[in-house]
Amino acid sequence: MTLDLLLTHYNYWVVIFLMMVGFYILISRGNLIKKIVGLNVFQTSVFMLYISLGKITEGTPPILVDGYGDADVVYSNPLPHVLILTAIVVGIATTSVGLALAVRIKEAYGTLEEDEITGIEAGIEPAGEAGG
Amino acid sequence: MREEIIVRVGAKVLAPFIIMFALYVHFHGDYSPGGGFQAGVILAAAFALLALVYGLEEVQRVLPPWFVRGCAALGVVIFAGVGVVTMLLGHNYLAYNALAPDPTHPEHGQHYGILLVELGVLVTVFGVMATVFYLFAGRKGQAP
Amino acid sequence: MAEHYPALQVVVPLLAAPLCLFVRNGRAAWGLAVLASWSALGISLVLLSRVMSSGVISYALGGWAPPIGIEYRVDIVNAWVLVIVSTIGALVAPYALTSVEREIGARRIPLFYAAYLLCLSGLLGITITGDVFNVFVFLEISSLSAYALIALGQDRRALTSAFRYLVAGSVGATFIVIGIGLLYSMTGSLNMADLAQLLPGVWESRTVKVAYGFLAVGFCLKLALFPLHLWLPNAYTYAPSPVTAFMASTATKVAVYMLLRFFLTVFGAAFSFDVMALDRVLLPLALVAIVSMSLVAIFQVNVKRLLAYSSVAQIGYMVLGLSFATVTGLTATLLHLFNHALMKGALFMAMGCVMYRIGSVRIEAMAGLGRRMPATMAAFVAGGLSLVGVPLTVGFVSKWYLILGALERGWWPVAVLVLIASLMALVYVWRVVEVAYFREFTGDERTREAPWTLLWPTWALVVLNLYFGIDAGRTAGIARQAAEVLMTGIGQ
Repeated sequence: MTLDLLLTHYNYWVVIFLMMVGFYILISRGNLIKKIVGLNVFQTSVFMLYISLGKITEGTPPILVDGYGDADVVYSNPLPHVLILTAIVVGIATTSVGLALAVRIKEAYGTLEEDEITGIEAGIEPAGEAGG
Repeated sequence: MREEIIVRVGAKVLAPFIIMFALYVHFHGDYSPGGGFQAGVILAAAFALLALVYGLEEVQRVLPPWFVRGCAALGVVIFAGVGVVTMLLGHNYLAYNALAPDPTHPEHGQHYGILLVELGVLVTVFGVMATVFYLFAGRKGQAP
Repeated sequence: MAEHYPALQVVVPLLAAPLCLFVRNGRAAWGLAVLASWSALGISLVLLSRVMSSGVISYALGGWAPPIGIEYRVDIVNAWVLVIVSTIGALVAPYALTSVEREIGARRIPLFYAAYLLCLSGLLGITITGDVFNVFVFLEISSLSAYALIALGQDRRALTSAFRYLVAGSVGATFIVIGIGLLYSMTGSLNMADLAQLLPGVWESRTVKVAYGFLAVGFCLKLALFPLHLWLPNAYTYAPSPVTAFMASTATKVAVYMLLRFFLTVFGAAFSFDVMALDRVLLPLALVAIVSMSLVAIFQVNVKRLLAYSSVAQIGYMVLGLSFATVTGLTATLLHLFNHALMKGALFMAMGCVMYRIGSVRIEAMAGLGRRMPATMAAFVAGGLSLVGVPLTVGFVSKWYLILGALERGWWPVAVLVLIASLMALVYVWRVVEVAYFREFTGDERTREAPWTLLWPTWALVVLNLYFGIDAGRTAGIARQAAEVLMTGIGQ
């Protein structure tokens, strides 16, 4: 554990920091919208992990400009980018489903605070189900 | 924002260019960064801008909700349909080589295949983004 | 067309899903869903028979040969799981018609079938693919549609339970992506067979071990292993009846399959058991899950919730089989995947019939139902007996192999615990039976038997429960073959 390790692997430290921040928001916040924000930060940290893995020192964008197979040109690895493009789409879909649920929860309960929702649910437990 | 003349005119001028840019991003996607997903989002953003300035009802007259919802489904059908077509042509699922007009150069099929598939992506992403926007913007709930 | 079956397995329901949105009519969408899910069943049966007669089927998507391209790879293990998923899919689809018309607004019915087919194709995709990143993509397809399906429940608590499931499920899926990314960074490959060849060279690296940890937590969240099961009971309780029947019999099964596939095929049994001590981690968790969740189930007043807790306990059985680290234990796991799908499917479908007629699934509301709805409650009793593990039902077969596996390792206390948990299952099933058969009926006088459109899929599952309980040779044979494939790994 030297300074060298910290500096040469700085991308991983950024990823770990973001991941923990997102995870902490997800766990500690009671507001459902804040939970979605936390989930987003958490997922974004993984995108950063993949993209930093694909970067090759001195590498250029992996687009062939003129001529094929120029041996001197070093290209960055495009595959992690492709994978993460998919993961971003998935993240957007998750976010919109989460927000849509949050909107409907707000309409059904009148609140987005988890502890208030839990309180309402505890209140209706006996009567709510007997009536169906 | 409906009374702000600069915003109204600005949005009207910008919208066609945004739509054009979306198509550029789509069709240039196999030479440079871009593709159907980005294009679909940009296309939906053009209509979101118009809706913010002119109101949701105006935009929904041009682009009714059933239409964008249909787009969302249609795109998936295009994507999966390309795969079925290649399968019917005797190749594997989504093997674009089957689409080449000249059988001596099967690799040309890749070009058509990716454009068609990305067109499906564009249509779906546009449809989904517009639907999501409509649903959130058109919600008549209690104001915060 | 026959050589395209691996692709068609996923494509047929995937293509039928958007078509459901084009037909505005709920019945037409239902027809499409039934057609697609029965074709999926047909395809999976052909795939299973073909794999059993002529070995592994590999299908290169887009014509790109593996390991570069995405490969669909069908061996006996996933052919077996495909049959499980598509059987349930094919029986829930016809069941849904009547149930959904009662529980979901007419405008949303085509959307329901679209989400149902997407969920089915996602689950089939996870199972059939031989590419680790593809697993994640299909996982999210199935999960996102599952959140939407659960949120369609009548009770407003369906919304909050769907939200909690979304948070837990997304965290699980993200953990899985991290694991896959770390594996890719060490090997440069995403193909399962290729990874299995490359990983032994980098076993010792910390990255691979960290990847293993992330994957383990991700899978355990998805399969609701104790103590990561908290999303499950509410989601199953408040979802519409056909959704509960479908999810309970397929989603967690596919998650168990992912666990087996990654840890035994991709990493290899030797790495999982000797280096990472997976068996010693899973054994206590499985035992706690079995005992504590059976205990919790006894005290439930809502039968759907009772069955949901029982599901968490049953997942414990599946993981227990894996933690024996023997072929017999794995046979028990794979058998229980199938058997539990049959019994929980039948039980939740019977509860859907009850919900349809009396609008509640609380125990006290079911007083005297045994005489009012004899066919429904008989199906519940048969499914319940199977859950307990009475001979001549499938439940007995899986428990038999589980106890055999425990004794083979010389762990007789584990065998005793399994027997005790079976008695606990008897207690919670008996609570329902007692109320339904030995109390006076107090509800609406007009209460009749459920319509036959709900009853026949329920009874089809009950008959399968009994049939494979008596003729267990075939299923046990396939499960044992699959267990041997998993234990020897893909390399040999």
